Amino acid sequence: MSKHVVARVAELPPGERKLVTVKGRPIAVFNLDGEFFGLMNRCPHQGAPLCAGDLTGLMTADTPGEYQMSRPGEIIRCPWHGWEFDVRTGQSWCEPSRIKTKQVPVEIAAGEALVKGPYIAEKVAVAVEEDYLIVEV
Amino acid sequence: MNVILPGAATANPVTRGAIDCDLHPGVPGIATLLPYMNDFWRDSFVRRGMDGFDLASYPPGAPLSCRPDWRPASGKPGTDLAQFRAQALDGFGTRFAICNTLYGGQVAVSETMGAAICSAINDWIAAEWLAADPRLRASIVVPAQAPHLAAEEIERLAGDRRFVQVLLPVAAELLYGKSYYWPIWAAAEKHGLPVGLHAGAMFRYAPTSNGWPSHYLHDYVSQSHSFEDQLLSLVSEGVFVRFPKLRIVLLESGVSWLPGFLWRSVKTWRGVRSEVPWVKRPPAEIIREHVRLTVQPFDVPADDATATGDILRQIGADDMLLFATDYPHWQFEGGNVLPPGIPPETLRRIMVDNPLATYPRLQESIA
Repeated sequence: MSKHVVARVAELPPGERKLVTVKGRPIAVFNLDGEFFGLMNRCPHQGAPLCAGDLTGLMTADTPGEYQMSRPGEIIRCPWHGWEFDVRTGQSWCEPSRIKTKQVPVEIAAGEALVKGPYIAEKVAVAVEEDYLIVEV
Repeated sequence: MNVILPGAATANPVTRGAIDCDLHPGVPGIATLLPYMNDFWRDSFVRRGMDGFDLASYPPGAPLSCRPDWRPASGKPGTDLAQFRAQALDGFGTRFAICNTLYGGQVAVSETMGAAICSAINDWIAAEWLAADPRLRASIVVPAQAPHLAAEEIERLAGDRRFVQVLLPVAAELLYGKSYYWPIWAAAEKHGLPVGLHAGAMFRYAPTSNGWPSHYLHDYVSQSHSFEDQLLSLVSEGVFVRFPKLRIVLLESGVSWLPGFLWRSVKTWRGVRSEVPWVKRPPAEIIREHVRLTVQPFDVPADDATATGDILRQIGADDMLLFATDYPHWQFEGGNVLPPGIPPETLRRIMVDNPLATYPRLQESIA
């Protein structure tokens, strides 16, 4: 495992997502109101690029015909077959214990700290005054 | 031709003591029902000369409607109680037999006339059949065209524990998940009565989703589509969420279409489940919990000993299937009521355990 600088925090405002590639692996990074989450950009069903799907809320209902929507922007729907995944956990809604996409830890680090290492920043130029997103792969 | 199944009662260990979940007493005609009608309807049927309410789905003279060796010397199939007892009950060694009367009350265009015929059938079957043999049980027949009257009929008869089920045709005027039908599901659930959906349609709407078939071949084979439609409707409209104790029994559905249907329903649900968010579990799981199927007919090749086992494995639950002869309908020859290849433990469940678990009122009567 190694930590990689993948983007400036400012590049990824709340509600946005960004596809990055680390060690040849595509990773979707999401900003949920200032919290960052990473998922392998690969649907466990047939390998579709999850990052290209719609970000939506969680639709629930306790009784037929009474719809509720919660957690806006926290569910990614696979662009191929519509399976829903929880951005926070990578778990599918349909079978959370069995069908999930791999989570990738994301953290924020100040440029000042990054300059000292041990981070790998081959693609992102680091400036001491900025904050950066780090993924561990 | 009345002697059938030579030695079956003693020689057929498969059916002895079994619970037969689908048999069809025949209604001789409206005259039989007149004593069970009120003055208005008795007068109406006589004065207007109305009779012949046999269903288009099972015309009495059609080959399917009666196995040749079960066809009475005179009269309609299933109308002779003595023959019914000798062939269907003694012949198979049946412990309990559930009578599902198929007649025009369930489909009549007039809501109130349909309800009157249904009520008369229920009182007739109680007085002249159930009272005559302790092995007999019956489904409450109800007017599918008037759900509020159907619910009233369920309420009227639910106290008689010999009625163990409510009976509807599988194809009615609307899909059964629609809230229009919810009074039926509410009444059935309240009284612990499963609802049986039997092959057959009202025949005033096309019985296939693409229109009217030209031939019997198409009509009968396509019945499985109606079963699939109704199951999807019940699941997707949330009937099993609203009525969590409701049980549905598919009668004469053919069974073997089920695995592919379950698989496809799960596959599609995974992608579009947010449009029906009350469906919180895969449809196959919901159906395995709430739905049972009688095994007459069981559409598998009789010369392939592995086919049945494959289908049972794909269905994925050994508590879903219920024994039935479909007497007097012509589904099999001699005593070969089930296809080969059913494991003995599963067979015992199909014959006895599953029917007892499905029909709590049968369980009561042996407790």
